[in-house]
Amino acid sequence: MHKEPLFHLVKRPAIKWYEAWFIRIMSVVFALIVAGIITLALTGLNPIKVYLTMIDGAIGTVRRSWALAQKTAMLLCIALALTPAFRMRFWNTGAEGQVLAGGMATATVMLLFGNKLPNGLLFVFMFVAAVLAGAVWGVIPAIFKAKWGTNETLFTLMMNYIAIQIIGYFVLEWSVPKGSGQIGVINQNTQAGWIPAIAGKAYLVNIIVVIVLTILVYVYLTYTKHGYEITVVGESERTARYIGIDVKKVIIRTMLLSGAICGIAGFLLVAGSDHTITKDTAGGNGFTAIMVCWLAKFNPIWMVLTALLICFLQKGAGEIATMYQLNLSFSDIITGIIIFFIVGCEFFINYRIIFNRHGKEVKA
Amino acid sequence: MSSIVMFIQRMVIQGIPLLYGSTGEILTEKSGHLNLGIPGIMYVGAIGGVIGAFLYETRVGAANIVPALAILIPLVCSMLCSLLMGLIYCFLTVTLRANQNVTGLALTTFGVGIGNFFGGSLIKLSNADVPSINLTATSNYFKTKLPFAGNLGVIGDIFFSYSFLAYVAIIIALVSAYVLKKTRVGLHLRAVGENPATADAAGINVTKYKYISTCIGSVVAGLGGLYYIMDYAFGVWSNNGFGDRGWLSVALVIFSTWKPDVAILGSMLFGALLILQNYIPNLSMSAQELIKMTPYLVTIIVLVIISAKKKRENAPPASLGLAYFREER
Repeated sequence: MHKEPLFHLVKRPAIKWYEAWFIRIMSVVFALIVAGIITLALTGLNPIKVYLTMIDGAIGTVRRSWALAQKTAMLLCIALALTPAFRMRFWNTGAEGQVLAGGMATATVMLLFGNKLPNGLLFVFMFVAAVLAGAVWGVIPAIFKAKWGTNETLFTLMMNYIAIQIIGYFVLEWSVPKGSGQIGVINQNTQAGWIPAIAGKAYLVNIIVVIVLTILVYVYLTYTKHGYEITVVGESERTARYIGIDVKKVIIRTMLLSGAICGIAGFLLVAGSDHTITKDTAGGNGFTAIMVCWLAKFNPIWMVLTALLICFLQKGAGEIATMYQLNLSFSDIITGIIIFFIVGCEFFINYRIIFNRHGKEVKA
Repeated sequence: MSSIVMFIQRMVIQGIPLLYGSTGEILTEKSGHLNLGIPGIMYVGAIGGVIGAFLYETRVGAANIVPALAILIPLVCSMLCSLLMGLIYCFLTVTLRANQNVTGLALTTFGVGIGNFFGGSLIKLSNADVPSINLTATSNYFKTKLPFAGNLGVIGDIFFSYSFLAYVAIIIALVSAYVLKKTRVGLHLRAVGENPATADAAGINVTKYKYISTCIGSVVAGLGGLYYIMDYAFGVWSNNGFGDRGWLSVALVIFSTWKPDVAILGSMLFGALLILQNYIPNLSMSAQELIKMTPYLVTIIVLVIISAKKKRENAPPASLGLAYFREER
């Protein structure tokens, strides 16, 4: 005798887009409720007041809104870099390292040629160096993946820490003043190699570059032959080989691109906002971007929203922490909870639960 | 005490947290789940123990601590907290079939956040009247050495001078290796990780195996955090003090080619690499940074070699990172 289970799961056929988004929005609502309850339990503060503080912290003033836009742009840029690789099911967990490689290259050019070249040429050098460094850092795991099938998740993950330590080395070697353990603001007096402010807004160039990149990546993935090849390799490597796609070439080419865009992110961070390089220049965004990219289902346009959501939460929770003298890591807890819910809700988009008529016994 | 003995002792103390982390991760990965949340789980295991010990110490006062409770309370708190983290991961990736990389990374963000949040805000939250979290009393109980260690000279110093959690780590690793290699349960677990569809067809309860191995793995990894805070850090919490040891544990899994017994030796080697910089004369600060890179470099080399040689017994579990849905073809 064998008892029938209470329910079983069935894979859904394609779900209507508005149903899918209804499920996703509901999951965010539930996440906010749970986060509110946890906030209440931990701090005893009124959750609604806490959320109002959060909104104020993220977009309360013009200055804060700009900071949010800059933060979002950088996170979006890294998420865009990951998108081609992820569409190919190449799990690039090494964005942190690729961004740092790009940033390090930028900083190196700024330090070595800072006041020796005309500013225009200097920018070209910085940009090319950043793109090359990012691309090299990204393509090394890809070459081994293409040749031997080396696990790319673990390989790219390890490359992050090698990049971090290399930066640690140079930061100490080149520290100003000697022995201080930090490079400090590069070219502070001449501002050579600093991306200039437009209309008084220091980060505007960064934001514009990222907007252009968003459109380019979207077009590349949706309308070009390369984009098609990436999708096919991602869906099924065997199919790709069968229809004559050179899978190895696609893997290497796509990771060159992915790394190169990470390099651009590093360039923007160093030349556009930080004007220095530290181990923290990427600030964990290389990892957060993985979640941003995945939450948007690898769609560059939706990614604008998911990046904004994450940055909004981080900025807002940061404000709560300062207001109520809590630790800043509060925002990480909130971010984690929200991602758990959004990641979990995909299940209800992809699967249907069918309840069996229970109590009925089936003869084995 | 000669400097070689000192070196070995410090190497072991550095290596044990990594051993806990990688044994836990091996158990998890053998069921086909790449849990990138291990660094977060180790933070939570550490802070769980700290919260338990802190509440106990402040409640009864440092003078009235019962030794057995001083060890038991943090231990149980730590294990429960990491179990909870394991359950979150399992529910999302096994039951809801969520993407393992995203879930794992979110778990790390969440776990490190919890660790640093409570580490920084515990005093304020509990309205305690102390300047900082300092659990030296509890730490001393955790660091109790074997009674006969002092009488055995150098041998005693090298092998018997550690706290009980260090021996527990080695026992757990050996038992895990035995279970994985020699028992039916281990065979079933490996089958689940290699090919869940086949295991399912053979009548193995895939979901049950995935849940249990991942949860046990989380608890074991969490103990690594507890050992670090109570033994290495003398019960003093500092934010991000645990550093990237969680990722080193993940690296160690590859280095030891998914074998817990090899991980014992690997953790000692990684531990040695972590302190090596202090023993090379005239080493500049910047060169130390390069030496800290070696564990990761070595891991990459091992990863490339095992993928190039394609020896079955050294390869990652075949379904690592993939969700299993019975009706999918």
